[in-house]
Amino acid sequence: MAQIVCSELTLGYEKKIISTGISFEVSAGDYLCIVGENGSGKTTLMKALLRLVPTMGGSIETSDGISHGDIGYLPQQTEAQKDFPASVEEVVLSGCIGRRGFLPIYTKADKIRAHNNMRRLGIDGLQKLPYRELSGGQQQRVLLARALCAADKLLLLDEPVSGLDPSAAAEMYKTIEELNRKDGITVIMISHDIGAALKYATHILHVGYTPKFFGTKEDYLKSGAYADSYRGEEKE
Amino acid sequence: MKDVFLTLADYFSYSFIRYALVVGVLIALSSSLLGVILVLKRFSFIGDGLSHVAFGATAVASVAGLSNNMLVVLPVTVAAAVVLLRTGQSTKIKGDAAVAMISVGALAVGYLVMNTFSMSSNVSGDVCSTLFGSVAILTLSKLDVWLCVGMSAAVIIFFILFRNKIFAVTFDESFAATAGVGVKGFNLAVAVITAMIIVLAMNLVGSLLVSALVIFPALSSMRVFKTFKSVIISSALISVVCAALGILCSVLLSTPVGSTVVAVNILAFLAFFCIGFVMKRR
Repeated sequence: MAQIVCSELTLGYEKKIISTGISFEVSAGDYLCIVGENGSGKTTLMKALLRLVPTMGGSIETSDGISHGDIGYLPQQTEAQKDFPASVEEVVLSGCIGRRGFLPIYTKADKIRAHNNMRRLGIDGLQKLPYRELSGGQQQRVLLARALCAADKLLLLDEPVSGLDPSAAAEMYKTIEELNRKDGITVIMISHDIGAALKYATHILHVGYTPKFFGTKEDYLKSGAYADSYRGEEKE
Repeated sequence: MKDVFLTLADYFSYSFIRYALVVGVLIALSSSLLGVILVLKRFSFIGDGLSHVAFGATAVASVAGLSNNMLVVLPVTVAAAVVLLRTGQSTKIKGDAAVAMISVGALAVGYLVMNTFSMSSNVSGDVCSTLFGSVAILTLSKLDVWLCVGMSAAVIIFFILFRNKIFAVTFDESFAATAGVGVKGFNLAVAVITAMIIVLAMNLVGSLLVSALVIFPALSSMRVFKTFKSVIISSALISVVCAALGILCSVLLSTPVGSTVVAVNILAFLAFFCIGFVMKRR
């Protein structure tokens, strides 16, 4: 049963079309990687799934117990966050903001949830530290813990390893794989790293290539989209 | 030293001095709270632009001979705040260019109107006090004082009730939106509050110096404090102490209120900068 079904999406902003004809579906427990060149609309697609930007055509339907609030989001880091005064605990707890409605405080249950997610990602013990003094890998884990506080069925990750050194990136991929395999969380990830995409994903969506490819990893390896975009690189 | 206290006690027997101190401290408190949001959201320049708009509106209102300038200045500044925040998010006109355009435009038109149509015999004096605040300690009516008390209370309650939402939206707007926080409404509220505080604070320090009250306390406290909660609390304290000290100094030394308060804020910033530097080295 599909959690998200997109058909014939058209994306763009201010009347300028970036990408058309995007169709795919994601089922519970899938690990979907979205690949494609810069400017092909990957982040816009993710924002459309989150309903942060309007679509210009086509439809996005969510089902199988997934509603708008069940999606956790790990955005790319902004410039302003790099020197933002905040403790790790403050950031992770802010993932619970959607659960509170008009209540001005976080409840005990929220704090327990935040601490459980910090432990799950191996950042318990850092909670009193300032976010801006952590390493890049630790910061990404903090933001991932925040996303898990918001929702634990479906995660949308926008380049979760960008800016990380290779060993921190490998650990991040391992953590995401565990969340997917062990906890059954559906993962949709934007990645520039085709090697990692092919290693961990169950499905691939290739935007920014005509015709767009969507299917399982095995089919992708045989497809024209893969051959034209990446096969040359691997031989080098 | 005893003389100083006697002089102060003497001054404080006058109600207008007491009013000035109360109003000054409240304005400083609310502008510093708001300043934390503006600095972290990279909106410091919007405060500056709005103060110029408020100057233009004040000029027009005083030339039109209105009994209460506030009735014109406040709505105009609020409208400008909403427009500026909107354009800041659109990609067509770059945010900073739009702010620069509106702010120098309002400044120029304001001076032009004042110079051409004013009935006052001392135009440059009027302009100077609108830009830099009153030369001596300000005289406020009871209505002004209650207005300040009411607005500051509103800002403080807004902060207490929405502190978690303020953090979530300031730290990461797109995440907060996906978690179901009404980001647009929040930004609108921030714009309106910014405009209100700037119009209020103009009475104290004048329109050119308003943004100092907004940004200095936040920047000072961020040199030393590293969590959101501690930054909010400390910048409010820094701002209140600086405002009180500045007003007392200006009473004792007969210096202009606005620039004295800002000068004390600059000293505080330098002190915190040094403390932050020492803390990093250790």
